[in-house]
Formats: sequence, C-alpha cells, structure tokens
Amino acid sequence: MNITLHVWRQKDAKSKGRFVKYEADDISPDMSFLEMLDVVNERLVLEGEEPIAVDHDCREGICGTCGVVINGRAHGPRERTTVCQLHMRSFRDGDAIWIEPWRAKAFPVIKDLIVDRGALDRIIAAGGFISAPTGSASDANAIPVPKENADLAMDAAACIGCGACVAACRNASAMLFTSAKVAQLGLLPQGQPERYIRVKKMVAQMDLESFGNCTNHGDCEAVCPKAVSVDNIARLNRDFIKSTLIADRRVAVGVEGAG
Amino acid sequence: MELNAKIPSGPIEGKWEKHRFDMNLVNPANKRKYSIIVVGSGLAGASGAASMAELGYNVKCFCYQDSPRRAHSIAAQGGINAAKNYQNDGDSVYRLFYDTVKGGDYRSREANVYRLAELSVEIIDQCVAQGVPFAREYGGLLDNRSFGGALVSRTFYARGQTGQQLLLGAYQALERQIGLGKVKMYSRHEMLELIVIDGRARGIVVRDMVSGELGIHLADAVVLATGGYGNVFFLSTYAKGANGTAIWRAYKRGAAFADPCFTQIHPTCIPVTGEYQSKLTLMSESLRNDGRIWVPKQKGESRPAGAIPEEERDYYLERLYPAFGNLAPRDISSRAAKRVCDEGRGVGPTGLGVYLDFADAIQRLGAGVIGEKYGNLFEMYERITDEDPYKVPMRIFPATHYTMGGLWVDYNLMSTIPGCFVIGEANFSDHGANRLGASALMQGLADGYFVIPYTIGDYLASTKFEKVSEDHPQAQAAKAEVEERIKRLLSVNGKCTIMSFHRELGQIMWEHCGMSRNRALLEEALQKIPAVRERFWEDVRVPGDGDELNQSLEYAGRVADFLEIGELICLDALEREESCGAHFREEYQTEDGEALRDDENYAHVAAWEYAGEGKKPIRNVEPLTFEYVPLEQRSYK
Repeated sequence: MNITLHVWRQKDAKSKGRFVKYEADDISPDMSFLEMLDVVNERLVLEGEEPIAVDHDCREGICGTCGVVINGRAHGPRERTTVCQLHMRSFRDGDAIWIEPWRAKAFPVIKDLIVDRGALDRIIAAGGFISAPTGSASDANAIPVPKENADLAMDAAACIGCGACVAACRNASAMLFTSAKVAQLGLLPQGQPERYIRVKKMVAQMDLESFGNCTNHGDCEAVCPKAVSVDNIARLNRDFIKSTLIADRRVAVGVEGAG
Repeated sequence: MELNAKIPSGPIEGKWEKHRFDMNLVNPANKRKYSIIVVGSGLAGASGAASMAELGYNVKCFCYQDSPRRAHSIAAQGGINAAKNYQNDGDSVYRLFYDTVKGGDYRSREANVYRLAELSVEIIDQCVAQGVPFAREYGGLLDNRSFGGALVSRTFYARGQTGQQLLLGAYQALERQIGLGKVKMYSRHEMLELIVIDGRARGIVVRDMVSGELGIHLADAVVLATGGYGNVFFLSTYAKGANGTAIWRAYKRGAAFADPCFTQIHPTCIPVTGEYQSKLTLMSESLRNDGRIWVPKQKGESRPAGAIPEEERDYYLERLYPAFGNLAPRDISSRAAKRVCDEGRGVGPTGLGVYLDFADAIQRLGAGVIGEKYGNLFEMYERITDEDPYKVPMRIFPATHYTMGGLWVDYNLMSTIPGCFVIGEANFSDHGANRLGASALMQGLADGYFVIPYTIGDYLASTKFEKVSEDHPQAQAAKAEVEERIKRLLSVNGKCTIMSFHRELGQIMWEHCGMSRNRALLEEALQKIPAVRERFWEDVRVPGDGDELNQSLEYAGRVADFLEIGELICLDALEREESCGAHFREEYQTEDGEALRDDENYAHVAAWEYAGEGKKPIRNVEPLTFEYVPLEQRSYK
C-alpha cells in the first residue's frame, strides 16, 4: 500500500506546530499502525531527518501509553482498538491519513505527537484509591462481593488511562476517566468508607486541572478502547450530589477532613 | 567475591518468622530521617515504594514511562498464584513451594521459594482490600482456575487483565502516598548510572527524558525494580521500552549477575508475520485450560485446519505428557512446539506455528462461556491476525517472555553491593531455571509489599551513614560518565539505524541462544556479538541532541547495553554444561529428548562478576542444597 501522511510536528511545548506531509510507500496491510510509523521513522533517519516522536510502550493495547488522533478520531477508525492494535488493513491504498496529538488544555503537547497526561495521575492521587495500608487486610473471602457488582466494577476498572475520552470530548472533560475509578471503588464493599469523600476530592482535582464539564454527548464512550460505559458518569454524578449533602452534615457536626 | 545468601537457620517453615524477629527495627520516629530510591514502578516497584512510604520512609520513585501505571506488569494476563486452598483441592503453602522448586528444575533457593509461597496468601488479602476486582462466583466468593503446570486450582484472576488490575491496585496505593507527600514521583526519568560511595549504593544518575537534563539523586538505599532484560532478543512480549540498563549499570559497579542464561520462552504467542514486526503478543496460557494444541500428522499439510480430519491431527502434548497434557510447563511446551515445527509439521504461512483449538470447548461449554473467560484475548487475537478464534483455531508459537536470571540477591534481596536491593523480575531469586505460570505477579508483589519493607529496615538500622552531597567525587564521576556516553552515542553519526543493530542482535540471540543451545552455536554467537557491537559504535546514527526529548537517544543507550548483556547470556549458557528448565543444551538430553540436569556439577547459581572492560567476567558459584524437595528428574508424563 502507498499512504500519504500528514503528521503534526512540534519541536517542544513552546514552539508552534504544523502538519508535515510524508509519503509512506510499500506498507504491508499486516503492519500495525505503529509499525508503519517505525518504517517511516527509519526512512526519515536515513534521509537525515528527525524521526516523529510518538508515545508507545506495550504495543498490546493495555498500557495506555499510545494515543493519537487519526483522521479526526481518537485512536483511529476501529472501535474498541488502541492505536497499537490498529492495523493498516483498516486503510486503503492511496489513503491520506492525518495524525495529531490529543488536544486538550489539560494535556499540553511536549513534542510532536506526545502530550503530558500527568493530570490524570493527579486525579487518582487526590482520592482514586482505597486506603488499605500493606498488612492491614482481612482474609480475602471475608467479605463476599455479589458477582454482578464485581463484574460491573471490573468493567469500569478496565480503563487504561490513555486519555482518548478527553481528546474526543468537545469540552475536553475527564469525566469518563474519573467516573470509571469512582464507580469501580464505589461498587465494592471495600470502597464504601471513603466513597463520598473520594468523589468530592477527585472531582475537585479534575476541575483544578482545567478539564471541561460533561454535557452528555457520549463521544468519550464511542472512542474508548476498553468500551468503558457512560453509565459510570451517572454513578459519579449520583455519588457527587449525595456527597455534598453528607459532607455538609459532617461539617455541621464539626467532623474535620470531611472533604 | 563472597556470596553469602544469609539464609536463616532452622526448619524451613519458621525461617521467615524467625528472621523477622531477628532483624533490626527502625524506630517509627526515625523512619522519616531515611530516604530510599526506588527505580521502576511495576508490581514490585510500586508496591515496594508505597509500602515503605506507609512505614514513614521518604521515598523517591522513578520510571521511564509517562505514568507509573504503565509499567509492563500491566500486560500480564492470566493470573496470580496463592496457596489459599479455597477450592479444597489439596493445595497448601508446602505444595506451592514444592511445585515452584520442581518447576524451576531445582535451580532456585529453597528458603526464598518457601517464603514466597507463604506470602502468596497475604498478597490476595491485600489486593482484595485495595479493591482489585478479582473474578467471583455467584455466591460472592473468589473464583480460581488452574494454570500452566499446576494440578490444583490456585490461580486468582481478573478476566484476562490480572496484571493490569494488580498493578492499578499498587499504583493507587502509590498515588495515595504521592498525594500525602511521602513519595516523590519522577515519571519520564531514566536511571543511567548507580552511585556507589564507600562501597555502598547511595544514589543514581537519571536523565529527565523531556528536558534531557542529567540529575543526581542521593539516598540511604537504592531499590532496583526495573524488570527483565528479555528485549535483548529484539522480538519479545516485553514492552518496547523495557530494558536492562539499570541492572547492567549496577553489574558494572559490582553487583553480581546471576544465571543470565535462564530466559523463558513462552509457548503461546502470536507468530511472526514479517520483517517489520516490532513485538510479539502473548496469548495467556490460561487458554491452555480449554484449548487443545495440535499440528497435522502429515508433513507439508496444506488443507485449512477445519478440513483436516480428527485422525490426521497430532495432539502432541496430550500424547507425550498424558498427566499434564496441554498444561505442561512452559519450557516443555515450547520445546515440543519447536520440535514439531522442525519436523516440517508447523502451520501458517511461515510454518512456524501450531494450532490452539477451542472447537471442543465451545461445543462442550458454549461460545458464551468461552467468551466470558477469554473474550478479551480472543478479541486481541482477532485485531492482530484478522482471524476469528471462535471459528478457526488460533495459531501460536513460542516467544521470549521473561527472564528468570537477574542480579544476584541474598535472602534480604540485597545485591552484592551493600544498600543496592533488587526486587521483582530484576533479581534472580525464586524461579530457578523455569518460571511457572502466574508466579511472576506473585513474586513481584511478595518482594514489594512484604519482603523489602522489612529487610530494608534491617539494613538502615544496622548501618551508619555518612552524610553525602551531590559534589561528592563519586557522584560527579558517575554523572560525567553518563555525559560521556551520551556524547559518544550522538557523535558516531554513522549510516545504520539503531533498530537495525537491535534486530541483528535479536536474530543472533534467538538462533544461537534461544529454545535450544549447543556449544558450537554459542561459541559462534560469542564471536558474532562483539563484532555487531563494534559496528554499532562505528556506524550507528542517533539523530537529534541530548538536551531535548530524544527517543532515538534513549533507544540507542538501551541497545548499547543489550549488545553487552547478550554476550554475558551466551557465555553463561556456554559454561552451564547441562540442561535445566529453559536452558536446553542439545548435548545434554535424555533418550526421549528431555532436559538432562547435572546435579553433581551444576546444582548452583552462577553469579557473574564484572572484571573490567574487555576482560572475561568471573564466574562465582553459590551452591544450592535441597533438603525439602528431593532432587529428581522432572516428569510431566
């Protein structure tokens, strides 16, 4: 296959970026999208040019490192597929492919197609956990968990933190990401003690990081490589509203650290 | 070099208990006066960093990824072993211990393995408390499955994403400590040198991968949790960024490297399709619980799988190993696959593949049940191969997957450099010559959650630390060496790409030191590798500069180290004149082609000591004794 690429090139965070055109000839349909970029980069290096910087690591769709917008769609044309699992057989000979980094205020571009997604880590650090210091656990079977809850929690926990939901959202909202963790932990008995403080803290951090708000368009779910459902956003909203009531009550009776 | 394993005395069941009592403790109020560096944020690194911070130590954690959640533990699919015996099928700590020593073909330390089996039970409790969504039965209790090489169901799992869920549990514990200010996290930072002052590990030199700036970080102890070195084979199931640089730097500063030739080839990976291939994808061996492995009986068979009648198929694992069948351990299954392909009975366009067939299981259980168990794996397979495993059998072939070898550590997980601890896949400890399925996650978390927090306290409490600063000549010298290496890489300006050298090295390793090895092949590899290395330093092209984000520079440094590690692997393989586990020397096999150990001469750990540039490293030996698991030939028939 012969493909024409239009790739976003940007030297660093401070420089202005632009699209640069590259011809990618003799591409095998069995190559993954990243292998195609490997081939293009090898050729660029031999021609004395700088290769295209792109984040990637596991190349099996689970680490969440890779992620670019391909022809306007986060992770490209295939549903439930990360860039590294996308293969060139999804394109046709002669196609033009436009490749850009995630675009969001909270994800500044570092170089070419690489962005800084540190904001997602900070949302987790704010409250996306169960406080269970090492050594403090009781027997694993001491608390039965209904299978349905365990399965729903696993569906939410499948999030790989790639940020496609943010890139696809017209508001650059991180609601799908945040709600996946809120829902996972809220569905489990172990997550109950911190349930309402957790949601308040995570939402507060999300706002601090300049992510937008959710307006229920569902573009996030459509591009999510792990098909994390927007049902989780409903779970977050319900918990968040409850949390404002509960926390206020606790503040009223003088309980500190109520979020 | 003295190798003192420091194994506690007394009966094996009480060694860890006794040792925990004998170890020195750091006063709770003093813990905040100590600082610890953890390099790597996978299962071992994240759990270790979080647990030590919970105790009160000041921890700095480094990873090359953009977030600690992306370490390659995340890709482990199948599960984690624990001797809970929830299934009432006869499991026990002792049985897990026994299976692991035997599965490792008697090349691991009994005391370490027993401790691992003992701690396995606590790991599951810890992970459940963190909210790891393990698979459950309808009654709400935890589900288990059997896994490669075990006759009991002791494997806990979270669909096909167990590694992801366990890592996210550890990552969340780590992020909690970051939020509390007890851990300072350095993402996109790569360790490029170990700083040793007065014989003790006191810090590291790192490169900020965004700005290119080199930094010196000092501490009272350094914990390496940087994973395995399997990417020396170029094509492997490792993440692209996984590398051996951190442990190789430590090796060159005096840490012994144990059993480097023990590299695991996983039997069930998606076969190679073309020259451009950048990595191999594992299909969890849990698939072997329901899938049946076969090849055509006839050589050069050209019919599609579905057109080959039952009586013309050879279910070779079931035939050769009736007791274990498709669940035979990894080394044995991999070699069997290689053998049938060498006979010309391999399948697929390259002839390097065997079928993994779910037709029987789908008929027996229904596509729905199979989908629930393996849905995400089937989907991953379809994405890569464009074939639907519900309809046609998967094609699989062995690929490099894990390294049992690594830096030598004593019972406290400390290397031969005092103050330099090594945990997880980066150390050699518990898996001997072959790791059993679902044991890597167990070991990473045992080391991180439950071993290192104790043993590091003992080291800190019993050591007097001089105050050191960044101006210390040793720290400055280490930094200068890194600067020099970077300058050298950037100045070659040759005509070949970095990947071309890596691919060439990988090919040599795979052909000469892969699933089976012999003297002639290894001696040839020991000629070829230095020649490639020489050409690399004359003709590699590393574009860009050092003071910017430069993925080529990162990659070049890693490949430069692989070009040295590969040589040590081959040397170790050459000098271990026996077959054991994953190390199969063709000269040493039984009549029916199984590995033939030489316990009289090789029941030991080979710990290689760096002797200087261009000098042959020194082979030190730690004898292994087996008091509890009697030495016998492994038989899975």
